[in-house]
Parts: sequence; C-alpha cells; structure tokens
Amino acid sequence: MFIIDYIKEVYSAVKSLLKGMKLTGYYFTHHKEIITQQYPEVKQTLPERFRGEVVMLHDENNEHACTGCTACELACPNATIKIITKFDVSPEGKKKKALDTFVYHLELCTMCNLCIEACPTDAIKMAQTFEHSVFDRSLLTKKLNKPGSKIREGVE
Amino acid sequence: MGHMFSLEGITNSIQNWLNSTFNSTWALLFEFVLVGLCAIGLFATLGLILVLMERRVAAFMQIRLGPNRVGPKGMFQSLADTIKLIMKEGLTPDGADKFLFNLAPYVAMIVAMLLLAPIAFAKGFQIWDINIGVLYISAISSISVIGILMAGWASNNKYSLLGAMRSGAQIVSYELSAGMAVLSIIVLTGSLKISDIVASQADGWWIFKGHIPAIISFVIFIIAVTAETNRAPFDLAEAESELTAGFHTEYSGMKFALFFLAEYINIFIVCAIGATLFFGGWMPLHIGHWESFNHIMDYIPSSVWFFGKTFFLIFLIMWFRWTFPRLRVDQLLNLEWKYLLPISMFNLLLMTLVAIMGWHF
Repeated sequence: MFIIDYIKEVYSAVKSLLKGMKLTGYYFTHHKEIITQQYPEVKQTLPERFRGEVVMLHDENNEHACTGCTACELACPNATIKIITKFDVSPEGKKKKALDTFVYHLELCTMCNLCIEACPTDAIKMAQTFEHSVFDRSLLTKKLNKPGSKIREGVE
Repeated sequence: MGHMFSLEGITNSIQNWLNSTFNSTWALLFEFVLVGLCAIGLFATLGLILVLMERRVAAFMQIRLGPNRVGPKGMFQSLADTIKLIMKEGLTPDGADKFLFNLAPYVAMIVAMLLLAPIAFAKGFQIWDINIGVLYISAISSISVIGILMAGWASNNKYSLLGAMRSGAQIVSYELSAGMAVLSIIVLTGSLKISDIVASQADGWWIFKGHIPAIISFVIFIIAVTAETNRAPFDLAEAESELTAGFHTEYSGMKFALFFLAEYINIFIVCAIGATLFFGGWMPLHIGHWESFNHIMDYIPSSVWFFGKTFFLIFLIMWFRWTFPRLRVDQLLNLEWKYLLPISMFNLLLMTLVAIMGWHF
C-alpha cells in the first residue's frame, strides 16, 4: 500500500541520517585521535623515492662525478638545467672538458626525474627536501656544484 | 538576589537615567542609538564566534584540529580573517549592474538586522515586543531571498544567476514547512507575541509538553530553517564545487564579508526562534509543579538559558552540515513538496486536535 511504503521510506531515511550523525557525533566527542599530521612539530619520514629537488652528490674530498656531458640539460623538458663547461689542462698538457657551473632553476623544475635517469655517471640525484619557499625568486636559481669541487679521479 | 545582574535591571536603570536627564524625545533617540550599537556589536561578536565555532566543530567531526595557530587555541583566527577581508579590494565587475551589485550585501545584512527586533534575549530584554512577533519574523525572513536574487542577477555571471535561482526556489518552498512548524506551536500558545510564547512555557517547554506532534514539528522546523539559511546539506545555492560559490562568486573584500556575516547571523536568528518556540526562549527548565526544582533553575540567569539553547541548536545545524552530503536540486524539491509539506500539514491537524482536546500538559 502506498501509505505504508511512504512511512517506511521516511523511517529508513531518518534512521540512516541518524546513523551518520551518530558517527560524526562520536568523532566530535572522541577527538583524541587526530588523523591529520601536525606538520611543523611532527615531520613524516618521506618515502625513499620522494622527489624534492635535484642535488649533486659530493664526497668528503669535495669531489663530484659530473663530467659536464650535458646529458641532463638535453633531457630536461623545460630548460631547468644549464651546464657551463670549461677546459681543464692536465699535467701532460692535454685539454679536457670539465664542469664549471651546474645551474639549476628550481622554480622551473617539475621533478620529472628525467635528468637523473639521463646522467651516465650518477652525479645527480633527487633529494627529500620540500620546504623550498623563499622571499626572493632569484634564490631559487641554484649552483649545484660546491665551490672548489672537482671531478672525482677515474670518472669518465 | 539574581536580579542585581539581570539585563532587565540594566536596561531599566539606563532608561530611568535617560528619562530623568533629558526630555523624552532625546531619551528615545539615545535609546535608538544604544540599541543600534548593541545590535552591531552583537553582530560583530557573533560573526567572529560562529565562524570559529564552525571551523572547530567541522575539524573535530573530521578528526582534525582546525585553526590552532593564531592566539591561544586558534581563538583569534576569525579576527585575523576579518582584518584580511577589510584590507582586500572590493571589486565590482565591468559587466555588473553596479547599483544593485553594491546594494545586495546591504539588503542581506539589513534583513538579518531587522529580524533581531522581536527576539527576547533575556527576561525583559527585547528590542520590540510586537504583538505579531512570529508573523513579523516569517515575513521579514522571506525578504532575504531578494538580497540573494539581487546579487545573483547584478553579477552578470551565469553561475551567480543559477545559484540565486536555486536559492529562490529553495527559500520559497521551505518557508512553507517552516511556517507550518511554527504554526503548530502558535496553535498551542494562541498568541503570536514572543513574550506570550515564552510565558506559556513557564511550566515546561513545548517540546516536552506538546507530545509527539511538537517533536515532529521541531524536526521539520530545523530541516526547513537549515534549507532557508542555505546551509549544507541544502547549500546548492552556493555549492562551492559546482557553482563556485553561487550568488556571491563575484563579491570580494567586505562586500563578501557582509554576505558571509549575514549567513551566520541568519543561522543565529533562526536558532533563536527555534529555541523560543520549542525550548522556551529565556525560560529556565521548569517541570510542572516541582516548585523547589524550578526555583533552583531560576538561579541560572535567563540570558544564559537563551544563549545556551540557541548555541545548542546552532551546534545541531553545524552537525548536519558536517555529516550529510549535498542534495541535488530535484531531491531538494522532492523532500519539501512530497515529504515535509504533507507531514507538516498532517502534523498541524494533529496538533490542533491536541490543543482542542487539551491533551498537552
């Protein structure tokens, strides 16, 4: 009968609404467990493959593995990387191409990881830092090779 | 005892002092100014408190913390937001109808302000105890749709207009069942005057005295006013995700803030009306002839009772918002015309029967 269906419908609607309110009411009264992360105080350990920014690896002798081959610069889809090369003169008088400055525009980077994959010597990698905000845009243009650093012996 | 700090005593002494110091015309004018200042002050504090309360309640219901940085426990968050809104530019779009566009927020605000007049905040603390108080409230509250339609039309934006139209359909339909729910209490009290309605609950609130019909009409009332104030789950008029805030898409700065404030003030007012009709307004919890119990309850100031009940109802409406998903426009109209209206009509008949037979306490 129509009227019985109608009443049943109203009853089940009210019942399901109250069920929902019971759940949110439970959350409201039991707010000890907070699912959000209290960010500045508590920092999550990021996954290993998190891509925060491109960094160049330096060992304890301030040596890196970058040969200045510009493979990363060519791989970059939006011109984030600019490699400036120079010529080192070896004791035998042989000229050799080497890295002068690794310019990295963090403001243009999309963290696509293509430069890291292109690098033949694994000189660069993605770091887990993510707090990149600065007051001046020019601070986002970085030089990745440390001052005075040179290429590690044996890396070709 | 107890009357020393009552709001009634304060207003009476101010009136006596004004009348003894100035002639009656000036005294009346000063009273107008004082009432206006009190209303604006109440609006500002309510806006700040309700916005913060909403955000904290929402956070707790979603197992979050909510604003907790600005000031102790985030208490100055809404103050900081207000300062931000004041400093923002109030843009008027090129294609907008400039006059109506700038007028609409004030219409929304003035409607909210007018609704404040007949509400009894405490014993003997009422701006205007008009003898058709409840009728006045339902008449004025229906003007609020004009402010919204004005904003939607003047913005010259399809989302705004769509939001305003939805809001119009919604407010016009839900006013019916809100009116029916109010009417069922009027049947019991036999008076439209707010002070009479409160006085009739001196031996128990109508929600307890009126049996099941009073509870049904309270449920209908709270659903209908949630819809009338354009709040979730009935917030199709400003649905952020589909209409980009609906009728106030084009508003910014303080003009937006006025709409925002008017929305919260409207929630306060409808909850105050609900508290007055169903929970006895400022009337303390009295049970029949339990004289000593009633006497103890009288020690709690009437303003505390009023604001306690009102804020309980506001909490209930916030609870709805953070629990239920938004309705579709056809579901919204189905709910009103196929469910709420028939039920409230039947309920009104039942209530009339209760009142005639004297079955209520």
